[in-house]
Amino acid sequence: MTYIAKPKISHPSLPKNQLGLTTRDYEGVVSTLCAGCGHDSVTAALIQAVFELDIEPHMLAKMSGIGCSSKTPAYFVSQAHGFNSVHGRMPSVTTGAYAANRDMTYVGVSGDGDSLSIGVGQFVHAIRRNLNMCYLIENNGVYGLTKGQFSASADIGSKPKKGLPNQQEPIDPASAALALGATYIARSFSGDKEQLVPLIKGAIMHSGFSLVDVISPCVTFNDHEGSTKSYAHTREFYKHVANIDYIHPSEEIKASYAEGDAMPIHLHGGDTIVLRKVDRAYDPTSRAEAFKLLRERYNAGEITTGLLYVNDERAEMHELMHNIDTPLAQLPYEGLHPGSDELRKLQSRYR
Amino acid sequence: MKPTDTSNPEYFHKVVDCQWGCPAHTDVPEYIRMIAQGRFSDAYMENRKSNVFPGILGRVCDRPCEPACRRGRVEDKPVAICRLKRVAADHRDDISERLPKAPEQTNGKKVALLGAGCASLTVANDLAPLGYEVTIFEALDTTGGLMRTNIPSFRLPPKVLDEEIGYILDMGVDLRLGHRIDSMKDLLEEGFDAVFVGTGAPKGKNLELPGRYDSDRIHIGIDWLESVAFEHTKEIGKRVLIIGVGNTAMDCCRTSLRLGAEDVKVMARKPRGFFKASDWELEDAEEENVEILVNHSPKEFVYEDGKLAGMKFDLMDYKIDEDGRIDRGTSTGEVIIPCDDVVLAIGQDNAFPWVERDIGIEFDKWDCPVVDETTMMCSREGIFFGGDSAFGPKNIIWAVEHGHQAAISMHKYCQSEDLHDRLPMGLNLSSQKMGMHEWSYSNDYDGAVRRLMPHVDLKERFNKLDIEVELGFTAEQVVEEVERCLNCDIQTVFTEKLCIECDACIDICPVNCLTITPNGEEDEIRSRLKAPALNPEQALYVSDALPHTARVMVKDEDLCVHCGLCAERCPTGAWDMQKSTILIPYATDEAEPEQRQAAAGGSAK
Ligand SMILES: Cc1cc2nc3c(=O)[nH]c(=O)nc-3n(C[C@H](O)[C@H](O)[C@H](O)COP(=O)(O)OP(=O)(O)OC[C@H]3O[C@@H](n4cnc5c(N)ncnc54)[C@H](O)[C@@H]3O)c2cc1C
Ligand SMILES: Cc1ncc(C[n+]2csc(CCOP(=O)(O)OP(=O)(O)O)c2C)c(N)n1
Ligand code: SF4
Ligand code: SF4
Ligand code: SF4
Ligand SMILES: [Mg+2]
Repeated sequence: MTYIAKPKISHPSLPKNQLGLTTRDYEGVVSTLCAGCGHDSVTAALIQAVFELDIEPHMLAKMSGIGCSSKTPAYFVSQAHGFNSVHGRMPSVTTGAYAANRDMTYVGVSGDGDSLSIGVGQFVHAIRRNLNMCYLIENNGVYGLTKGQFSASADIGSKPKKGLPNQQEPIDPASAALALGATYIARSFSGDKEQLVPLIKGAIMHSGFSLVDVISPCVTFNDHEGSTKSYAHTREFYKHVANIDYIHPSEEIKASYAEGDAMPIHLHGGDTIVLRKVDRAYDPTSRAEAFKLLRERYNAGEITTGLLYVNDERAEMHELMHNIDTPLAQLPYEGLHPGSDELRKLQSRYR
Repeated sequence: MKPTDTSNPEYFHKVVDCQWGCPAHTDVPEYIRMIAQGRFSDAYMENRKSNVFPGILGRVCDRPCEPACRRGRVEDKPVAICRLKRVAADHRDDISERLPKAPEQTNGKKVALLGAGCASLTVANDLAPLGYEVTIFEALDTTGGLMRTNIPSFRLPPKVLDEEIGYILDMGVDLRLGHRIDSMKDLLEEGFDAVFVGTGAPKGKNLELPGRYDSDRIHIGIDWLESVAFEHTKEIGKRVLIIGVGNTAMDCCRTSLRLGAEDVKVMARKPRGFFKASDWELEDAEEENVEILVNHSPKEFVYEDGKLAGMKFDLMDYKIDEDGRIDRGTSTGEVIIPCDDVVLAIGQDNAFPWVERDIGIEFDKWDCPVVDETTMMCSREGIFFGGDSAFGPKNIIWAVEHGHQAAISMHKYCQSEDLHDRLPMGLNLSSQKMGMHEWSYSNDYDGAVRRLMPHVDLKERFNKLDIEVELGFTAEQVVEEVERCLNCDIQTVFTEKLCIECDACIDICPVNCLTITPNGEEDEIRSRLKAPALNPEQALYVSDALPHTARVMVKDEDLCVHCGLCAERCPTGAWDMQKSTILIPYATDEAEPEQRQAAAGGSAK
């Protein structure tokens, strides 16, 4: 923990976004996480992403559960809304919030323990509902907050700081999400902001459930030799398969892309992402290929990163339920509560 | 880029912008911290080590450190470095025990110092403790040179001069007042082992315009100030024109107001921004309702009935190009401005009528001696120059620095050592980490703005010539102002082999100084940092290849506020905050150990 606050002064040539804000305006309080924790880099990437997307702070909802990772929302956009829920229950609280107000941007920040151990049921159903949110997992293979026990994402053979290596089969959140029908699945690394920031932006703008699984090393309990979630191991084995460039609706596609390497994908809101394939043969719009790739590369010991799968066709939660466009939170009380006469009428239909 | 060589003391020295900007390399952050701790005497002695005259300089230094100060780049206004120096001087206890002393026994070498200005006095300060027999020859009946004769007493009280000059003379210097040297040749025959010329640039520039010699109401600025200082001149007309807008002009206009002038105009040939006077001197003059008229080029003196009645000026128009350079201008008309007196304050020249030209002292085409910038020796061995006499008029702090360097050379010359074989600057680094999140310095950024110097009320200050205008900072102001210093000498020091590239330092830096990036050429790297490095004057600190990815850590020194957050957030200690002390050699350091011990005397070293 740091005693002093981050000084208020900033670099005079810091760029401003369309709201006239700088990245400094999207900061939160100074992190209380361990110095060097990957989660803090993810926070920095989140700040950069929401800044670049010109998101109005009061239209952002930061959702989380319990864990070091779940403390992240305190460290970005102080002026946004936030909910720090019970361990593993962030998806259901977000579902409720989104049900009430579909106009806001929902960013959930969770951990591998929060999402894949205690909260795995919640995680699964958020995907099934295609909840329109950006779901970030800061994945470090351990329960950092409770001092480093293996989580459900620990790889077989990964060594703890003390004790025996993990022997249980890991849950890979990307493969799980793919199986469950998630429509935007990405993986990245806290130490690779160039790749991570556009992936977060795409995830926020994508309509429906977007998963960003970020390898985010725990410097204190899982950054030693023999750990498969350390900085050194991740750097050695991680591979880009398909990166993206996010294109704001007000911008033209300016960069020139070699044929076959690039693939523009138009999102619902009018934004475009351009897929830049590192592996030319790979088609991230094919669920079957994504399955194959994830399994093969995992077996080869590689950490595949980038936009692994995207499908912009499936309806998100409110569309699936045919709800009105106006957020329920903005309807007058009478609209939400038709009265006991109406209730009686409705009930009589089932008698 | 190649990894930065931080073992070269210059690198970290340059990061301490004020100290780098100070000709005498005063350790500013060190003395500001001492003031913050209430250690005024320590702060005074820290100053005295390098600049010899803290009380004087704390009032009238040209303060090149302030435009250089980092705080001025990070915010608007630099730290009030100079006026904090005065705080140390004003609140010091009796420090006489801590002053250097001359040893009981002299070393048998005799040196002559010409002029009792700040340059010669510095040489005396450095050589007397080593046992040299020092004789100062001064033409006037008093010491201090221009500091006494030209800098008005309302800026620099004589008491302050007497005290600090006294510290030096009391070491047993043989002072010969009223002793003008008329012949260098004769002096050399007196058998001195070395001679230092600190006679200043005593000739005020003249303005040869029609009517120049037809009135006794046209004065040469520095001569006029001197005669005011010696109370030969006690009044001046109601309407005064000051020609020129340099430092001398500022003292002339303010002095005029104290001698009865009511309407004082400073006539500038060029527009604002091209004045020689410092901003703060202009501010002080304008506060006293001096009018500054720009774009007036003097043409002739105007007479009515044989009496000086005014001056005629060309009204000028200038073009300024993209690089900010000004052309010679064209006249767009004429104007006559009435006046009773004119003071010419357009600069000074060196003059050495008393130095024979056939004794091996070479002079250049401007009739100035040719002097080696490192050793301060002229073309004749054993004769040294310093202060305004060496390279033309500069200021006190430069004269002091020349004095230090000349003293080293004179010592080496007298001991038959190679003058160029000088001790290099040294560097000490020590970590300031006290605990997990504690540093031994005040690292929290304080957003306070620069404190304003309180002044004597406008009416009251004109009652007498010698009422010091600046009152000095109050205790409350000192407390605020010291915290504005960013401790630039607490350096960010990087050890690449420890870095795991977690980005913690990059993300926490409030001013985006840090970037981990592939190596490249400097220009190109500067453009692709987290915030573009737009100030080429400020260095990039580049690491060797990092262990994991072979990228490099780049730090743009420009706006670093030395908050230490990078080091605090670094899990491996790859960044550390270390205090740099630049070791500056003086004559005592060049001396033999036993001499040095004697010189240290009672001083608390
Ligand atoms: C009006 C004015 C205001 C200034 N204000 C400032 C200021 O605010 N801050 C600042 O830093 N600088 C200021 N300066 C500049 C500063 O005063 C000089 O740069 C500095 O005094 C130079 O010191 P010096 O020792 O080289 O020479 P000087 O101070 O000029 O001393 C030379 C001494 O040598 C004596 N001398 C000359 N010839 C002989 C001889 N033949 N034999 C014996 N003795 C001789 C002179 O009488 C004099 O006492 C100002 C200058 C002027 C003119
Ligand atoms: C209901 C409940 N069970 C257990 C805990 C104890 N607990 C706190 S954090 C945590 C694990 C967090 O792991 P992860 O989500 O991976 O976060 P990390 O700290 O690794 O970022 C556990 C088990 C709890 N707070 N609440
Ligand atoms: S324990 Fe691990 S996960 Fe938690 S803050 Fe420290 S480094 Fe990060
Ligand atoms: S902030 Fe302090 S240390 Fe830095 S340049 Fe200014 S006075 Fe010197
Ligand atoms: S915080 Fe330390 S280990 Fe992390 S990138 Fe910075 S210097 Fe390297
Ligand atoms: Mg975890």
